[in-house]
Amino acid sequence: MEMLTLLCLFSTYLLASSINIEENAGQFFSSGHTNNWAVLVCTSRFWFNYRHVANTLSVYRSVKRLGIPDSHIVLMLADDMACNHRNPKPATVFSHKNMELNVYGDDVEVDYRGYEVTVENFLRVLTGRLPPSTPRSKRLLSDDRSNILIYLTGHGGNGFLKFQDSEEISNVELADAFEQMWQKRRYNELLFIIDTCQGASMYERFYSPNLMALASSQVGEDSLSHQPDLAIGVHLMDRYTFYLLEFLEDIHPASKTNMNDLFKVCPKSHCVSTPGHRTDLFLRDPGSVLVTDFFGSVRKVELTMETINLTGHIKQWEESAADGEPRKETYSYSDQLPVSEIIHQKPKQKDWHPPDGFILGLWTLILLVFFKTYGIKHLKHIF
Amino acid sequence: MLRQRTHVTSRCGRVMDRRRSSEPRRQDRVTVDNNNMGLLSDPNRRRALLGLLTRLNAPICVVCYMAGVAWFMGLAFEPFTLRTYMSENAMGSTMVEERFPAGERALATGREFAAHKKKTGGMPVDWLVRTMQARGLEVFTQSFSRTLPFPDENKERYMVKGTNVYGILRAPRAPRTEALVLSAPCNPGDENNQAVGLLLGLAQYFRNQIFLAKDVIFLVNEHDLIGMQAWLEGYHHTNTTGMDWSPLQGRGGSIQAALSLELSSDIITSLDLVLEGLNGQLPNLDLANLFYAFCQKIGVLCTIQGKLQRNDWDSVSGYSHAVQTMMLMVMKQASGRPWGDHGLFLRYHIEAATIKGINSFRQYKTDATTIGRLLEGMYRKLNNLLERLHQSYFFYLMPSLSHFVSIGYYMPAFGLLAVILLLRALDLWVQLMTPPPRTEDGVIDIEQSSPGVLSVLTPLVISHLTGVALYMLPVRFQEMAVEHFPVSETEAVVLTAIAVYTAGLALPHNTHRLLAGEGTEQGWRVLKLVAVLYLAVLLGCTALINFSLGFILALTLVPVAAFVTPHVPKVLSAFILVILSPACTLLFSVFFFQELQEMPVSFQDGWVLYLSVISQGILDHVLYGSLVYPLIALLVYPCWLLFWNILFWK
Repeated sequence: MEMLTLLCLFSTYLLASSINIEENAGQFFSSGHTNNWAVLVCTSRFWFNYRHVANTLSVYRSVKRLGIPDSHIVLMLADDMACNHRNPKPATVFSHKNMELNVYGDDVEVDYRGYEVTVENFLRVLTGRLPPSTPRSKRLLSDDRSNILIYLTGHGGNGFLKFQDSEEISNVELADAFEQMWQKRRYNELLFIIDTCQGASMYERFYSPNLMALASSQVGEDSLSHQPDLAIGVHLMDRYTFYLLEFLEDIHPASKTNMNDLFKVCPKSHCVSTPGHRTDLFLRDPGSVLVTDFFGSVRKVELTMETINLTGHIKQWEESAADGEPRKETYSYSDQLPVSEIIHQKPKQKDWHPPDGFILGLWTLILLVFFKTYGIKHLKHIF
Repeated sequence: MLRQRTHVTSRCGRVMDRRRSSEPRRQDRVTVDNNNMGLLSDPNRRRALLGLLTRLNAPICVVCYMAGVAWFMGLAFEPFTLRTYMSENAMGSTMVEERFPAGERALATGREFAAHKKKTGGMPVDWLVRTMQARGLEVFTQSFSRTLPFPDENKERYMVKGTNVYGILRAPRAPRTEALVLSAPCNPGDENNQAVGLLLGLAQYFRNQIFLAKDVIFLVNEHDLIGMQAWLEGYHHTNTTGMDWSPLQGRGGSIQAALSLELSSDIITSLDLVLEGLNGQLPNLDLANLFYAFCQKIGVLCTIQGKLQRNDWDSVSGYSHAVQTMMLMVMKQASGRPWGDHGLFLRYHIEAATIKGINSFRQYKTDATTIGRLLEGMYRKLNNLLERLHQSYFFYLMPSLSHFVSIGYYMPAFGLLAVILLLRALDLWVQLMTPPPRTEDGVIDIEQSSPGVLSVLTPLVISHLTGVALYMLPVRFQEMAVEHFPVSETEAVVLTAIAVYTAGLALPHNTHRLLAGEGTEQGWRVLKLVAVLYLAVLLGCTALINFSLGFILALTLVPVAAFVTPHVPKVLSAFILVILSPACTLLFSVFFFQELQEMPVSFQDGWVLYLSVISQGILDHVLYGSLVYPLIALLVYPCWLLFWNILFWK
């Protein structure tokens, strides 16, 4: 009898736990992505731009620490600071004063370096239009289940980012590249971060869905440098990325920090410039998006002895994830947002201006009156 | 224009309609069109404009002259100047750590150098080679010799023989494509030993640093500029002045920047920056900015033209101080000679400056370690350069070390003076074009009274021949002069120059009569028109290359050009003309310069100084290729002679 009850209890427990797991399976896919990619770009060369390389390397360090492997990181560095002749500490790139943190580390795998860092290469990597001979390490092999982190740093202006003193990418080109990525099903969600002067101008033209963007400064603002180091003789980091690195250093793969915390990185009191973000293209609530969804490659692992049937689970997951706004048509890649409306927005209404015909008429009138009054013969008097 | 076009088309339309029948009407149309052809092509309006310009010519000229001078004086007023700022991104701020520790040791090396210099009685070549080698440099020597055209009495040299010693510190990790130069002249006597000591100390220090991306060349040159000339010519495989030198055995990369160091005492009170180079060339302003920034950072008093900057720009004394500083720069630049050993680098497009240590009776002293740290900081920043210094200005004036006037601001001062010449030329042109009795067939009258080409060409040729004589004779005929007169060679050259100059005043006037007969009213007008335009072109070109020289010449020659006619009182005008002639300008400049330097001289001393300035000018031309002497002798002086000629036109 006791045996029977024990067996009974055990079986109910098993049943309950298996049901529990089946119920919770939805949250395994809460972010909807199965793999993570990162494209980290430093666009400026020359020794005095040391800080841009350090910026990029510090993000590289963070994403790698949080689990994105080198095979999923496309790192583009326009110059080699570690081996620069002017570097008093060869084979290092420091992010903190007094050599506190060396972001160059032991194993940095630079995929595009020096003069390979061009607008063309960057766009080709994003859109996947690379020549067939390109090795896998230089490709962004993402799919429609990929979360991609794109980090750019360099010298920029209103609406452009300079690449290597010789060319620049405009915000329109960038927005079109992202749209092309979307249409080619190259991402699930995309986080765009840029640390440059007037950085907010770079994301204001975006129109593709599932994009979240951050910038170090608003239009009209300069992004400033940080960590002047006398021994190395240059600024080591830019302010925004410096505080971003500080923030990321506290993140671990299991941390529940969400995007709203990321938006608070580097307030104006620290940054001098005003960091900006844009979430209107993003479908989920930023508060429910973990930082590790983009910066890490975190897989939820739950050990179970049971066989779980996941065939009917898509419905379940949708219900469980529907705490924020309804996630309609997340799977469909067409017409998710009224893209065409955004593209074909009407230009801003200018101040009132008399119609062109009116001005033409006025001139005709003036000329007519003039010729009537003076006649053609007296025309010489006015010169 | 719009109206006119509309009118023409409408006329055309009507003409098209009546094409078959209206031949006379079409002719009518043509005349109407001619009358309506814009501002200057309309005879009525043109006449009015010209009338205005001719009537008001003299007042406009006077106003322009005043405005030009006032503009120039306003340049030194601080609110009108710009603050200097570093333009070169690669150098950025002064953010480096200066750790040079060995000032005392450098001074000891300097004393050792002095002892060896005294023992050898010249440049201690062997000791320098050994010492540089001991510091790990690649050491090479270059010997050179040069015979001066005539003895240089200021520096007491005639047959110059010497050796340059230089050591190259190779960049440890970089390709050897670029170099920086630090030089210190080895002067006779007790001068400049500390500079050589500091140079060797810095060499030792830099040897242990791994951040150098450019070769650093440490050069000790003998016989100051002559040695520098030999070394630079050897380095760049050129020979512009016919000097004998042995080819360089070792070279670094292309030289990006150079500093020349002059230091004659163990401690100093201030550092003076000398920028003026050959022919008034200046290094890029960023080099001055760099020096100023590091002086500010390290806390060294720094001066330009030996003048500290003052903060009370709104007071009269503060303003006059700024004017003095700027005038000194203008005078030095106008002289066209290199004011430090750096001056010859500029010819090769190498940004260079001389840093001079000054020890006066100020309380605040700076030791050699601090100067070493300053130089270390500057070299470390120069080391960061990726391109030649080119971001900042090449044409500027500095009323103080922290403020500058760029070419865009000072050129109008010259422009206002140059406009006078053009206005006068216009006036003369109008006078020539409109003969007083205006008849219908005036064309024939003009042709009859127009002067022959010869009457203009003759004075032009003769005055230029006088110029050529002034250029050639002094050096050519020095032996002959020494034989016949009890003077030294140098005096002979200078006095010959003055004699030729004075003879020129007597010789050429009225020469046109020999060939062309009696001079006419039209004749002198044509000659003056040519002379005025000639002067305008000449001064304009000079001011583009060397603003200071152009401006000083314009200041004196433009009034001459403006007022001279054969009808002004002869004696008075001749006197004014001589006073405003180039030679007298130079004489006044000498006195004025001494006055600015707060070392006024008596007339006797001033005259001696004047003679030596002339000899130095000729020497600078022969030795280093300074262009001021040929410019004055071959172009400016003949141009002035034309005006002299006009005054005595008969």
